[in-house]
Amino acid sequence: MADVASPGAAGDLARNGLREVAARLARPAEMVVIPLIAFVAGLVLFGLFIALFGKNPLQLYGLMVQGAVGTWFSIQQSLARAAPLLLAALCVALPARLGLVVIGGEGAIVLGGVAAAALAPLIGGVPGVIGVPLMAVFAMAVGAVWIGSVGALRYYRGVNETIASLLMAYIAIALMNHLVEGPLRDPLSLNKPSTLPLAEALRIGTIPGMSVHWGLVVGILACVISFILIDRTTIGFSAKIAGGNVRAALLQGLPVGRLIVGFTALGGAFAGLAGMIEVAAVHGNANASLAGGYGYTGILIAFLARHNPLAIIPFALILGGIEASNGLIQRRMALPDATVLVLEGLLFIVILVSDTLYGRFRIFDPAYWKGER
Amino acid sequence: METVDIGWWGVPLAILAGAIRVSTPFLFVSLGECITEKSGRINLGLEGTLVFGAMSGYAVAYLTGSAWVGVLAAAGAGVLFGAFHGWICSLPKVNDIAVGIALMLFGMGLAFFLGKPYIQPVAPDLPDISFGFWSSIPQVQAALKVNVLFIIGAALAVFLWWAFQNTRVGLVIRIVGDSADGAAAMGYKVNTVRLLSTAAGGALAGVAGAYLSLYYPGSWNEGISSGQGLMAVALVIFARWNPLACFGAALLFGGAGALGPALQSVGVTQGYYLFYAAPYVLTLVIMILTLSKTRGMAGAPAELSITK
Repeated sequence: MADVASPGAAGDLARNGLREVAARLARPAEMVVIPLIAFVAGLVLFGLFIALFGKNPLQLYGLMVQGAVGTWFSIQQSLARAAPLLLAALCVALPARLGLVVIGGEGAIVLGGVAAAALAPLIGGVPGVIGVPLMAVFAMAVGAVWIGSVGALRYYRGVNETIASLLMAYIAIALMNHLVEGPLRDPLSLNKPSTLPLAEALRIGTIPGMSVHWGLVVGILACVISFILIDRTTIGFSAKIAGGNVRAALLQGLPVGRLIVGFTALGGAFAGLAGMIEVAAVHGNANASLAGGYGYTGILIAFLARHNPLAIIPFALILGGIEASNGLIQRRMALPDATVLVLEGLLFIVILVSDTLYGRFRIFDPAYWKGER
Repeated sequence: METVDIGWWGVPLAILAGAIRVSTPFLFVSLGECITEKSGRINLGLEGTLVFGAMSGYAVAYLTGSAWVGVLAAAGAGVLFGAFHGWICSLPKVNDIAVGIALMLFGMGLAFFLGKPYIQPVAPDLPDISFGFWSSIPQVQAALKVNVLFIIGAALAVFLWWAFQNTRVGLVIRIVGDSADGAAAMGYKVNTVRLLSTAAGGALAGVAGAYLSLYYPGSWNEGISSGQGLMAVALVIFARWNPLACFGAALLFGGAGALGPALQSVGVTQGYYLFYAAPYVLTLVIMILTLSKTRGMAGAPAELSITK
């Protein structure tokens, strides 16, 4: 009888198998469920806030959905807005792997854009196939140096990276204003000081069949590459160790300094690329609208995604949609343009408060499913 | 007022005047941040509190007709923001730096949202005292017009310096900031002390905001702050958590902030934006020079996350 399993034993086997699966899924499920609950809680709180001013939250969320994904046009608007957000969020998420809170991505975006616009007149006759990558590389180099030096200051001088990066964002914006209104100014730009317009060959076009520029594809690729780097390579693994415990990493002989400078520089390179794409695909020149707050929304997205590059993609799309719908909400409900800022601030606070929930629920504990507790 | 041509002497004079005028918000935020950090926590959200204080102070001053009621309202709003930060940070596993960033964005968003109707109206100004009566040169007289809040802030710096050394409250804050375990063992409620310290810090940041909107530059708009709340965090590190040094550092930052307008007043307009960046560059350079990887942070509260 030993070779024939009784129906009861087969049931046990199946149940054990299910328990095994549940135990394995418990932790990843926690990483998805808690941010989701927090996100919904943030939306509810914001609804209450709006209701305080006599506005109908349901109407607002209805308009938000309509403005973000209601028509093919609005979907494309949302996607185009998400493109720089993907790259801006990486500038927060990559240094975060090493335990660094870098929030000055706006500075690298701005300087990347100015760098691209400054290079453009010098390579005016070059075909786009060469010229666009040249601008991208230059913008990425500028962004990498800018944010990489934040990492270097942190590692070699002990300067707090959060404050340093934000101070450097102010400096970057001042530099941009100086360059755009001074040495790089197009004399023909009267009302809105700008650099010389890019040659047609140097502009980034749209994805065939859509009005969304290629920046979206670049942004998603950058997220995938970043994920592979931190999750599938030894460099990423070393960074994780160094982010967890610097002393242990140093004892293991890991090049902590190079990792910190490398990850901050890569984040900065992506932010610089975001600025270049804004210039080459959207504005056609560099001007003050480069400092449009993408860097700050990127911080929120990175925290919502818990610094996971793949999770950045959906959150960047959602935030891109929310920001794209802002105009419609303003017009229809007579709300100020800062409405979306209040929503983003609330979401940010709620997602941070939700950090305290991890490990509180037993159903997310693998031991609970294995019957060990 | 008739101006006398004093040529390039106008530059140091304008920097002096500017140092007094521009330093006041730095002074209040940095004293506030100093109290918070002494208790072992860092509040990066003071920039948001400052902007919200500027809005609420201006709105209340306009509605009540009294600038001082506006200052009180700004302080009250600051208490709420600080207490909120303190409460969130007392939850386990929550990172105080990240909460600060979130509250900074939230405070600014809320201020812009609620402040829209107050961009146009004119609210009453805070009073100032003229110390330049001995001079016949109008620029000197203008330079030595000192706002009452500056004087209050200077007195507060001295008081806090004394209080941290000599009062029971000051000692408790320092104990909590140096060893949470030690303080808990002595029977002090660490989270409560930190919450109250953060609330007090928020109140001072609110006052700093009210100074911006009610005196200099003296109006409410969305670009009212130029990062004073953030620079204050660096300024406190530079001042080694000493309220008296905060006063000196605030004057230095104020002077740097006044450099651009001072040069512009004598006709130097080239590179205006670069001079505008002077306080940020100064902050960064000071942080690079005064910090080091190997040297310990003398005077730093041991519980502070940024010094660990």
